[in-house]
Amino acid sequence: MKKVLKNNVSWVGYMDWEIKKFHGDDFTINHGSSQNAYLLEYDKTVLIDTVWTPHRFDFVENLKKEIDLKKIDLIIMNHGEADHSGALPALMAEIPETPIYCTAAAVKSLEGQYGQNGWNFHVVKTGDSIEIGPGRTLTFVEMKMLHWPDSMATFLSGDNILFSNDAFGQHYAVAELYNDLADQCVLYQEAVKYFVNIVHPFCIFLSKKLAEIAALNLPIEMIAPSHGVIWRDNPAQIVEKYALWANAYQEDQITIAYDTMWEGTAKIAHALAAAIKEASPQTVVKIFHIAKTDKNDLMTEIFKSKALLVGSPTACNDMLSSVAGMLSFTKSLRFRNKKAAAFGCYGWSGEAVKNIQSALKDAGFNVLEETVKSFWNPTEETLNQVPALVEALLKEDK
Amino acid sequence: MEKFACEPCGYVYDPAKGDPDSGIAPGTPFAALPDDWCCPICGASKDMFKKVD
Ligand SMILES: [Fe+2]
Ligand SMILES: [Fe+2]
Ligand SMILES: [Zn+2]
Repeated sequence: MKKVLKNNVSWVGYMDWEIKKFHGDDFTINHGSSQNAYLLEYDKTVLIDTVWTPHRFDFVENLKKEIDLKKIDLIIMNHGEADHSGALPALMAEIPETPIYCTAAAVKSLEGQYGQNGWNFHVVKTGDSIEIGPGRTLTFVEMKMLHWPDSMATFLSGDNILFSNDAFGQHYAVAELYNDLADQCVLYQEAVKYFVNIVHPFCIFLSKKLAEIAALNLPIEMIAPSHGVIWRDNPAQIVEKYALWANAYQEDQITIAYDTMWEGTAKIAHALAAAIKEASPQTVVKIFHIAKTDKNDLMTEIFKSKALLVGSPTACNDMLSSVAGMLSFTKSLRFRNKKAAAFGCYGWSGEAVKNIQSALKDAGFNVLEETVKSFWNPTEETLNQVPALVEALLKEDK
Repeated sequence: MEKFACEPCGYVYDPAKGDPDSGIAPGTPFAALPDDWCCPICGASKDMFKKVD
C-alpha cells in the first residue's frame, strides 16, 4: 500500500526487514533497510526510482494496485544502481514507451546492467526542470560521485521535497517512515555508518555539492532519500551533519585494531590502551580484534578517531590477511588528518610492523616512527617501548 | 603522449583517445586541454589530475 507523504506524493518502496548484507557482502545491515520509491500524482504521474531486483515483482504488483501503470507519464531514475533500478526491466516490460529521465552517466549504467533495450531516455542536467502540475515543478541536481557518477537528486517545488537518492540515507527499516518516529540512537548510528562506508570516499565532492545546493535556495521541507527514514522534522539536521562529517571530522578517540595468533599482539594492544588511558583519561580508547569485528563498524570507529593503532604478528613474512584486508578497506575510504602507528610480535623475521606502517602511509595517515615490536611474547622490556609511542601519539601537532 | 589520471575517481585521460563527449579531439595533449575542461566521470577540475608513470 502506498503511504502518503504530503498532498499527492506517496511512498511506494519496499520495506526490507530481512536484508542482512548490501553491496554484495560488503555492507552489513543490522536493523533492516528500505528501498524508497515515490509516486507523484499531479497532472503528470511520475515515479521516482524503483526497488532492488529480488523485490521487482512485488513492486510492480503493488504499484498496479495503486494506479493503472499506463497512467505513468515519466520515470525518474536518480541513480542506476541495482537497488534502485532492479525493478525497472519488469516495469518497462509493461510500459515500454515511458520516458526515463536520468543523467547521461545513468544511461550508461542502466544499459551496462540491463542491455540496450531501446528505452526512451531523456538525459537531464543540473537545473533542468519539468512542470508536472499547478505550482509543481521537478528540478534536477546532478550529484556526481555522491556516490556514483550517475547520481542525481530531484526537487519537487510546491511540496518542497528533495528526493536525494542515496545521499542522506541509512540502512534502517522504519515502517513509520519518518525521522521523528525512529529511535534516534539507532538512526544516527546507521546514518554515520552509511556515511562513512558509502559516502566518505567522496568527501571532496560533498562539501562543494552542499554549498551548491545551499546556493540554489531551495525551500526544502522534507528530504526523502532512497534508503531509511524520510527527514521531515528539521531536515537540515542531516545536511549539517554531512557538512560536519565531510570536513576532516574527528572526536577525541583513539582506536586500536589488531589481530593475533597466540595472544602476544593482543597483550600489546591492551598495554597501549591502558597507557593512553592513563596519560589522557578523557580520550575515548577502543580496542577491536579485527578478525572478530564487523568491518563496517570498525571503519565507523576509525572515522571518529583522531588516531589509529594497528597491530599484527608477523606470519609468513607479513601481517595477517585480516589486517591487510582492513588496511585496504581503510585506504579506499580516504580518511585524512589522522595519526597512526603500528605494533606486533614476531618470532624471527618481523616484517609486519614496517609493512603496516607503509600501508598506513599509503592510506593517507600521518604515521609515527615509534612502534612496539616484540621478539616473541611481550616482556617488561619490550613494553618499555609503549610510553614513547603513547607520548608521540598524544603530542599536539604544532 | 603522457596520460593523466583523475585523483578523485581514477579516470585516465588518454591523449590518443581525447574526450569526444566533451568535444576534445583524439591527439590532444593534456596540456592543451582548455582550462575549464573537467573530468568526464566525476567533474573534477584539471588541477586534480596527476601524470601516470
Ligand atoms: Fe547507490
Ligand atoms: Fe542505494
Ligand atoms: Zn574524475
